[in-house]
Amino acid sequence: MIPEPMIVAYTDVGTVVTGWGITTGVIAAYAWWMVRRGRLLSRSVPPEDRRWS
Amino acid sequence: MLADALLIAGKDLRIELRSKVGLGQMLPFAVLVLVLFGLALDADDALLTRATPGLYWIAVLLAGLLAVQRSFAVEAAPGVTDALRLSGLDPAGYFLGKFAAIAAQLVALEFVLGLGVVILYGTELGGPALLFAALVGATVSIAAAGTLYGVLAAGLRVRDTLVPLLLLPALAPVLLGATRATEAALEGDLGDGWGWCGLLALFGVLYLGLGLLFFGTLLEET
Amino acid sequence: MTTLTPTGSDATRERAGAPVGTGSRATRVLGVLILAGSALGAVLGLVTSDPDVVQGDAVRLFYVHVPVVTVMYVPVGLCCLGSVMWLRKRTDGWDALASSSAEIAAVFVGLGLVTGSLWGEITWGTYWTWDARLTSTALLFLLLLGYLALRRYPAAPDARSKISAVVGILLVPNAIIVHYSVDWWRSLHQPATRGFDWAIDGNQLSTYAVAQVVFLLLLVWLAIHRFRLAWLELQAERRDLEVALVQRAADDDFSGGLGA
Repeated sequence: MIPEPMIVAYTDVGTVVTGWGITTGVIAAYAWWMVRRGRLLSRSVPPEDRRWS
Repeated sequence: MLADALLIAGKDLRIELRSKVGLGQMLPFAVLVLVLFGLALDADDALLTRATPGLYWIAVLLAGLLAVQRSFAVEAAPGVTDALRLSGLDPAGYFLGKFAAIAAQLVALEFVLGLGVVILYGTELGGPALLFAALVGATVSIAAAGTLYGVLAAGLRVRDTLVPLLLLPALAPVLLGATRATEAALEGDLGDGWGWCGLLALFGVLYLGLGLLFFGTLLEET
Repeated sequence: MTTLTPTGSDATRERAGAPVGTGSRATRVLGVLILAGSALGAVLGLVTSDPDVVQGDAVRLFYVHVPVVTVMYVPVGLCCLGSVMWLRKRTDGWDALASSSAEIAAVFVGLGLVTGSLWGEITWGTYWTWDARLTSTALLFLLLLGYLALRRYPAAPDARSKISAVVGILLVPNAIIVHYSVDWWRSLHQPATRGFDWAIDGNQLSTYAVAQVVFLLLLVWLAIHRFRLAWLELQAERRDLEVALVQRAADDDFSGGLGA
């Protein structure tokens, strides 16, 4: 199923690390932004409107 | 419902005929796109011939966007939407009327653009039945989806960049179907072409249904 | 309904140490699990697991890419659900579900595109190929961006929610039609997707399992936080509107006596 010339040694470690790095970075940044904004906003909304914890 | 539709369609088309925006701006724009493609592709005849279906339908889509936005811009004048609502129009009829007016303008566009590619790109027409089916399917699809997403522009006070961003990804399958069917018709290899027309028909019917379903809801926000 | 005083005893209570923000015990537990799982997954995926017989080290990207693309359809469905339910029930909760899910979906779909593209760079030597999966994923991403742009458009909250709800419902049929038409289109020229079957070997299965679970938990964690954030944003917007209206009324009262 895989064409002959494509079976070579795929060892591009840099690309793999980049992929992991981008994924981790984006998710971490997104999570951090969310939590921070959540803290900021919850100051202006009274506790009875926040029905968790 | 149909009476309302005819009323709205008639009104829109009469506005078009009197203001000549369609004639004076949209058609030239469409032809301009064809010419620009010619420039961009270095007037390479072989390339242009191969690319004709794609270039044609992209020109139709871009000019169609203008038609959609114009169709709802005419309602944006203050008081118009209130008057329409007060008149007790059936939302479904309103949708069909808008749809019909946009479809009519698209047909005119497609005809002129067809002349354009024959003249500018030296296209040789073929497979007339398939071509016709593709044109009908694509026109209904573009007009239906355009009317549905276009009313959003009316609801949000005409945002020029938002409607294209919403409409074009949704129309990607239509572009696919129309170009592949046109390609098949022009090359004389009709096999898959009819299948693509089927997709276009499905899409068109689906969006007509969705439009009739949701247009009323969206109308309340204009 | 809510009171209009944003300051006062409530704020004092908060500053005294009551929980602030979108966290809860559930999310904290989840968070710990995710961090631990990610660390484990990273070690397994990047260090201890073997390179694939066929793909070589490119399989390490699969440990991220495959979980992301399997998980990314869930928030798309949730957005559609939230949109449908909002049109029926008209409560903030459903609206918050729709908007938060769409954003999460955009993040995951975007990451799916990036990781898939990087994988393709190793395997086929090119960052982009017009294969069915990549192309329909790209179109799905654009559909989501359109929805998010609509969400951010300044408008009265109810109008915006209603219009967003309709577009949100359309996301699913659009995505389905795009998927099948692109698939058919590509299959006419060649096998629809160029990705090959991943014959999972040896310790790849356990690594992949860890990765899949971590990303599922991550989705839940992100979705909960984002939902609560969207909810807070809606409440804050409501309060701002009420304050502004009260302000307006007070101004009118003041200037009305001057015979305008």
